[in-house]
Amino acid sequence: MHTPLIRRILWVCAASFAFCFALIPLYSIYCEITGVNGKTGRAQAPVAAIDDTRLIEVQFDAAVNAGLPWSFRPKVPSMRVHPGQLVEALFEAGNEGATDLVGQAVPSVAPNRASLYFNKTECFCFTEQLLRAGERRQMPVRFVIDPGLPADVRVLTLSYTFYLNDIATDRLAQHSVLANNPAL
Amino acid sequence: MAHHGDHTHDAAHDGHDDHDHKPSGFFERWFCGTNHKDIGTLYLVFSLIMFLVGGSMALVIRAELFQPGMQLVEPDFFNSMTTMHALVMIFGAVMPAFVGLANWMIPMMIGAPDMALPRMNNWSFWIMPFAFALLLSTLFMDGGGPAGGWTLYPPLSIQGGNNVAFVIFAVHMMGISSIMGAINIIATILNLRAPGMDLLKMPVFVWTWLITAFLLIAVMPVLAGSVTMLLTDKYFGTTFFSAAGGGDPVMFQHIFWFFGHPEVYIMILPAFGVASEIIPTFSRKPLFGYQAMVYATASIAFLSFIVWAHHMFTVGMPLGGLIFFMYATMLIAIPTGVKVFNWVATMWRGSMSFETPMLFAVGFVILFTIGGFSGLMLAIVPADFQYHDTYFVVAHFHYVLVTGAIFSIMGAVYYWLPKWTGRMYNETLGKVHFWLSTITVNILFFPQHFLGLAGMPRRIPDYNVAFADFNMISSIGGFAFGLSQLLFAWIIIDVCFLKRGQKATAGVWEGARGLEWTLSSPAPYHSFSTPPKIDDRMLAHGDVAH
Repeated sequence: MHTPLIRRILWVCAASFAFCFALIPLYSIYCEITGVNGKTGRAQAPVAAIDDTRLIEVQFDAAVNAGLPWSFRPKVPSMRVHPGQLVEALFEAGNEGATDLVGQAVPSVAPNRASLYFNKTECFCFTEQLLRAGERRQMPVRFVIDPGLPADVRVLTLSYTFYLNDIATDRLAQHSVLANNPAL
Repeated sequence: MAHHGDHTHDAAHDGHDDHDHKPSGFFERWFCGTNHKDIGTLYLVFSLIMFLVGGSMALVIRAELFQPGMQLVEPDFFNSMTTMHALVMIFGAVMPAFVGLANWMIPMMIGAPDMALPRMNNWSFWIMPFAFALLLSTLFMDGGGPAGGWTLYPPLSIQGGNNVAFVIFAVHMMGISSIMGAINIIATILNLRAPGMDLLKMPVFVWTWLITAFLLIAVMPVLAGSVTMLLTDKYFGTTFFSAAGGGDPVMFQHIFWFFGHPEVYIMILPAFGVASEIIPTFSRKPLFGYQAMVYATASIAFLSFIVWAHHMFTVGMPLGGLIFFMYATMLIAIPTGVKVFNWVATMWRGSMSFETPMLFAVGFVILFTIGGFSGLMLAIVPADFQYHDTYFVVAHFHYVLVTGAIFSIMGAVYYWLPKWTGRMYNETLGKVHFWLSTITVNILFFPQHFLGLAGMPRRIPDYNVAFADFNMISSIGGFAFGLSQLLFAWIIIDVCFLKRGQKATAGVWEGARGLEWTLSSPAPYHSFSTPPKIDDRMLAHGDVAH
């Protein structure tokens, strides 16, 4: 008597468990479409038309997550750029620790509603960044601001946070152990 | 309908309700038994023990906060106390207490012989002690118990030691137990109602539990999924919630509160049901607006799925999101207001008397409403930016959970204890317990509103001297409230083990209506083996036409 009902309830439970995992891709698609969370637009070829009637101030912000002994800062605090213009900005990162570390930079653009108009064509955040102990390096980002940017947005902030990529760092440490001990 | 599962009565014995085929032997009855009343008792006893365990943790917190500065415990242990207090009280005290009440009362209220799935019922209880053994064992491990808050936000929550795995598996087990309990309740209510007990004739307590059970099966798997992702993030190299690997820690908050907000209604809807049973009895009037109560409960349950982000207004949401979640949250005040006004209208011009269950029910209505109002304040986005993560939030959810959920559970225990044991509890001590609890709980939590408005953050072991006086008052109230609950335990022991108190009649309370009061007190071990004939005048809400 109870079996059909229980079967239906268990389907609800299974659907709800699956829904929980489905939220991961759904959330990321949602953020990509709406620009919520400061996710930036997709990389595109530079737009031909440069709108030189507008100047947008792009501010740079750099932070390092606790657990990664790096220094990290932008070369210049801000730039003034025309929409449609391909711009390169430089950040400088240095490994202050005693070991080789792999970091991953995560970008975010504020305000949220402008983030979809911010297109990076090349960025150090696209890949893992390895810095040997004591190494310093300049890291470039190239971007174009889409001329469709809402007219009332005059200031944008591009923010990066560097996180320790512990999986890649562990892999690196193992490789170097193997390299130093051929017997293994 | 009498034939199902493991029921020990064969058809030939139906009609002899009152000879009790109890399993012989303590082990057979309490460990292997499938009787809904025994399992209800096990749940309630377990809940009382967990209430005292979680309460002791709260006393450690209040003792440390008695004065500014670090006096008694290490900060990390303090944090694990706040975390464990919440987990124990939510999953160990409040939820099992309501499941225990459901086990005891739902079959008796709808004229069913037992729960639909008695063997699974035994399972769903016996998972709980193991889950809590896992959870509490973390306090004795290297690195101590979980200390990242009961909300388990990563990355903090997965930076602990091995307690992380224990907590997650404990949560899995609690979730499985809750889901099995919910399946059982749904199957019982939908399949085992006595002929003539239509859905819209069921007592409101049964209705609130039916809706709660649907909430449980919808959101418990979401919690299970989210903690599973925490587990794989910590031990198996996934990066669901790690920004370094392309994940997003804020997404955990969204998923958690998608479970977490329905969860708070899981803890309060059965409390609404209890109040809707007690208030008509002692007002000697049918419940006002029975159908409105049912629809309001369903509306609250629906709204609970679309308001989760009001727990995280400060994470940086777009304005549209803030406004949507603010208004959706405020909308909940409407069905909740319907309920509060219905309770008041039930009491209006009733022939009221104030036995202990009624005192707790009236206390519930007033104090829960205070908690509801502070909830409305927190729903206002610009105000919430100031209140977020302060003691104002602590005061708010303790008003809705302690003077809301816990008060209703205590009222329910006093209300049905004579039916369960066949004896009246000590009414004088019951009233003393009510007044002590009500006065001290307000000394405990009311000053926390002021602390929060003044900017004291929650989950900290030390604080600015500016907050000293209100914290001291709150701690005094905390100890007094905690000690008052020993009186509650004594009153129960007095009735259950010392067997004092006069014998209860079948009806127990003069104004009581409902099928459970047609059974003798104590309720026979097997009840309604043949379905009862439903007499509308005996139903709790009387007039079914409205």
